[in-house]
Amino acid sequence: MPTPTLSVSALVKRYGATEALRGVSFDIAEGELVGLLGPNGAGKSTLTKIACGLVHPSAGAVTVAGAPAGSEAARRVLGYLAELFRFPGWCTADEVLVLHQRLAGSEKGAGERRELLELVGLGSEGARRVDTMSKGMQQRLGLAQALVGSPRLLLLDEPTSALDPAGRRTVRDLLGELRTRGVTVLLNTHLLSEVEHTCDRVLILDRGAIVADGAPGELTRPRGIEVELAGGTRVFEGASREDAPRIVAELVGAGEQVFAVRVLRSTLEERYLEVVA
Amino acid sequence: MILVARHALRESLRRRIFAVVLALSVLFGALYAFGAHELFKDVSGFAGDSSGLDAKTLAGATILGLAMFGSLFLGSVLAVFLTAGAVRGDAETGTLQPLIVRPLSRRRYLAGRLLAASVVSAGYVAFAYLGAVLLTGLIGHWWPDNVVGSLIRLSGAAVVVSALALLGSVFLTATANGIAVLMVYGAGLLAGLLGEIGDAVPSHSLQRIADIASWALPFEQLYRDALRELVGSAHGVTGAIIQLGPLGGSHDAGPLLLPWAVAYVVLATLLAAWAFTRRDV
Repeated sequence: MPTPTLSVSALVKRYGATEALRGVSFDIAEGELVGLLGPNGAGKSTLTKIACGLVHPSAGAVTVAGAPAGSEAARRVLGYLAELFRFPGWCTADEVLVLHQRLAGSEKGAGERRELLELVGLGSEGARRVDTMSKGMQQRLGLAQALVGSPRLLLLDEPTSALDPAGRRTVRDLLGELRTRGVTVLLNTHLLSEVEHTCDRVLILDRGAIVADGAPGELTRPRGIEVELAGGTRVFEGASREDAPRIVAELVGAGEQVFAVRVLRSTLEERYLEVVA
Repeated sequence: MILVARHALRESLRRRIFAVVLALSVLFGALYAFGAHELFKDVSGFAGDSSGLDAKTLAGATILGLAMFGSLFLGSVLAVFLTAGAVRGDAETGTLQPLIVRPLSRRRYLAGRLLAASVVSAGYVAFAYLGAVLLTGLIGHWWPDNVVGSLIRLSGAAVVVSALALLGSVFLTATANGIAVLMVYGAGLLAGLLGEIGDAVPSHSLQRIADIASWALPFEQLYRDALRELVGSAHGVTGAIIQLGPLGGSHDAGPLLLPWAVAYVVLATLLAAWAFTRRDV
């Protein structure tokens, strides 16, 4: 069995009397794009910070590509975008990336910097100073920084929090591009639609514990069948897709005219609210 | 480590810290030159005094001692500004996290920050001190006994302050740390002055307070020793007046001072690294 890119085992983190993480365990396979959801204070950022070595666990283990989280070997293969970050205002975008190339040991030079700035939509802003950039532009630069050195694991903590709809679209496209490159991504976000549309798998964390884990399609469930009839719309609660032909046959047999049939599924949002309630 | 130090040095240059400090230093130098000129002109009338007072040495040592106090103070302020927020301050603004998730150990990060702060603060102190020595020599035709000895001790004092500020940055926010280090700096100099009074009175209690403070905060003893090195050969009335004044170094710290100062910086940095590696960011 191949080594998971990120493995979290019985992870506990306590801040004094507060237990931020209570025995969290999961694995993320190579190339998986996983969305981490949860309400404020659920432990998402703590989990992400432990994975990149900024926070020490109280108990349990986290490995990145087989190496203990926080070790030099682990940090060599990951890229991280913090929820709260700031680059020196006196640096240009290009200089920020040069610094991170040197720290990451990347020898890809100007070509990599150009490509990354293009990828996040800052292709013509390499010479621009950080302190003249908008918050959204700095967030894009943060994404480019996280991708320096072609990391195997990308940990993104609220990467779209400062972005406008166009910026969010750029991030969605970027995540798609990363999937084609086989990069493993743990995306910590509040935007359920983002996760539903881009992620292979969703983890929902609540009060320090995983309360749901699965593909977005698995986490949602059939809610019923909606049939459009001459006299209006009727909903058959609890019916599944397999029930649709029988329902239509019975309605037609009863003399009804059927104009449309829709299979209803709960949304990820409904499922999320259900499990974190 | 070198990469972090270069980045911090570039920050000093790009944020025009050097330019501002240089401009103010030129102004300080001009005022110093004017003051030295007036002082040496006034004391020239004391030549041939029957008391044996060497007025030129007294004037030179006093005004150069004042310049040393000023340059160490400014160098220490620079050190504090460059390191006060190195850990907690930078973590709170989000500047630190992108750097230390890279394959850069926290120890090397701290060492880089200390190197940059030491180069800037000790470099500034050396620049200001040598400038003052040169102006004093050219204007008053008086040169201190041991220029290099004083230079090493004074620059070393700035490095000790940098290490203290770096250590404080692991535990305190940038503002709290800046205030704390400058208060410790003031307390150290005050203890040194008490020691001077203790030597003059003499008072064993004051001498003991000064001794404890000078080993706990060696920047103060380095500064006093740098003053003492200025006029090692001044004896008699001149030597006594200089040594008992606020800008004289009456107390010889002995040969262990420099090794202790080096060990102190190493220990403070190791303690900072130990605490930083255990800290959640």
